[in-house]
Amino acid sequence: MEYSEKVMEHFANPHNVGKLDDANGIGEVGNAKCGDIMKMYLKIEDDIIKDVKFNTYGCASAIATSSMATDLIKGKPVSEALKLTNKAVVEALDGLPAVKIHCSVLAEQAIKAALADYYKRQGIDPEPIVGKLSECEHDDACALK
Amino acid sequence: MRFVYADNSATTPMTEHVIEAMLPYMKEHYGNPSSLYAIGQTAHRAITKARGQVAAALGADEREIFFTSGGSEADNWAIKGAAALGAKKGKKHLITSKIEHHAVLHTMAALEKQGFTVTYLDVYDNGIVRVEDVEKAITDDTCLVTIMYANNEIGTIQPIAEIGKLCRERGVLFHTDAVQAVGHVPIDVKEQNIDMLSLSGHKFHASKGVGALYCRKGINLPNLIEGGAQESGKRAGTENVPGIVGMGVAITDMVSNMEENMKKVSALRDRLFEGASKIYHSRINGDREHRLPGNFSMCFEGVEGESLLLMLDMKGICASSGSACTSGSLDPSHVLLAIGLKHEVAHGSLRLSLSENTTEEDVDYILEVLPPIIDRLRDMSPLWERLMKEEKAAKQPEAV
Repeated sequence: MEYSEKVMEHFANPHNVGKLDDANGIGEVGNAKCGDIMKMYLKIEDDIIKDVKFNTYGCASAIATSSMATDLIKGKPVSEALKLTNKAVVEALDGLPAVKIHCSVLAEQAIKAALADYYKRQGIDPEPIVGKLSECEHDDACALK
Repeated sequence: MRFVYADNSATTPMTEHVIEAMLPYMKEHYGNPSSLYAIGQTAHRAITKARGQVAAALGADEREIFFTSGGSEADNWAIKGAAALGAKKGKKHLITSKIEHHAVLHTMAALEKQGFTVTYLDVYDNGIVRVEDVEKAITDDTCLVTIMYANNEIGTIQPIAEIGKLCRERGVLFHTDAVQAVGHVPIDVKEQNIDMLSLSGHKFHASKGVGALYCRKGINLPNLIEGGAQESGKRAGTENVPGIVGMGVAITDMVSNMEENMKKVSALRDRLFEGASKIYHSRINGDREHRLPGNFSMCFEGVEGESLLLMLDMKGICASSGSACTSGSLDPSHVLLAIGLKHEVAHGSLRLSLSENTTEEDVDYILEVLPPIIDRLRDMSPLWERLMKEEKAAKQPEAV
């Protein structure tokens, strides 16, 4: 298993690490048992993602995908953030080892969870907009233990 | 930048002495040991000498040493062979521990599929098998007890002599995977009543791809590879002459420096434990006393092992972890789970394995670099944030 240079760059010096005190959308996915948790903070104004920060507990690819995913949505309209896929994150990182693909799914889910929270805070049902959120793709495997 | 190799349980660098000893068997003495002309016989004599060296290091007879490609092969051969011998007498039960290397555990799983039953003994929170549990597990159907000499992750040394004595009294074969122990701690197969023992050269400065199985005289282990007359016809194939020669030299060197090495390496290990134990929310894995001189294993809550390893690597330190991410599976190491660690704690494990080449400066460098890396990872860890919140709440129960 080998990481791309891009992954190592984003792991060694991740972008957008931290929290936002004035966030109006916060999402957390993953669980400690599986070994990865991602927490995303969004500051949305006029349907634009003005700022985004993350906190991640996990392996190098969990940190790198968080970093890349936040880069990809920062300054973008919410409509674009909603379209972010794990595939786009993987491509932007010049690929991920097969066993690490779930990290990119987690990053996508974390952003969606934060967007869902944003809508909820405004009294809007997020499900028709964001879709149903599955916490992490290996939740089922974890739940068996 | 400083380079610190602290993963000697994974493999060790070869010494100049070992390499020098091997070179002639790649250059002028390249003959096949089965050939009758001079360069063949020179190679043959070198193998005989190495066999004697390995036997001497273990307190065995040289006819009891069979060279293999390494530890996994020796484990497979011993266990499958003992199972076959047992099955002939209708004995189809084996006993092992929950913390064995996969070379043992996966062999057991394969035997279970063939109708054998296996008892996996607990190791409790100190990572050590209890002799009374072995005693209770032995039945009339038991054909083999196999317990590793020392664990590869947490370094715990098992009560081998006691288990050996018990098995001898009960007439059950006893095998030990001593891959992590040979060359590092004293072993005497006769005194400790060991029937079979696996070892691997590259764990004590010999080359990769060579190992041995000690099998006590009188145990008629089935042949592993059919073919020529090598290894008494039990393991055919032209011998890995340079590898075997190097292993003979390496094991001799290790045994003659053992006492001094043990003292030096365990002192460095203790210095490392002392320093790293100051890190908040950390724990030492495995028994503090009964462990390999060079083994350091700790968990740091709120961080994940793979990230920790890669950040150490960026600082020139080679280490290892039992986190799920480093294994490519969902589960952290079976060893850490067996000593009762929760998944989220086991994910934050770090193993450093020192050797006689490690210096005090190396240890101090690790202790200088490690805490800021852990701080950095904890700073961005929602798990750590949660842990600190819970801790604060527990300390101030009345505050809202």
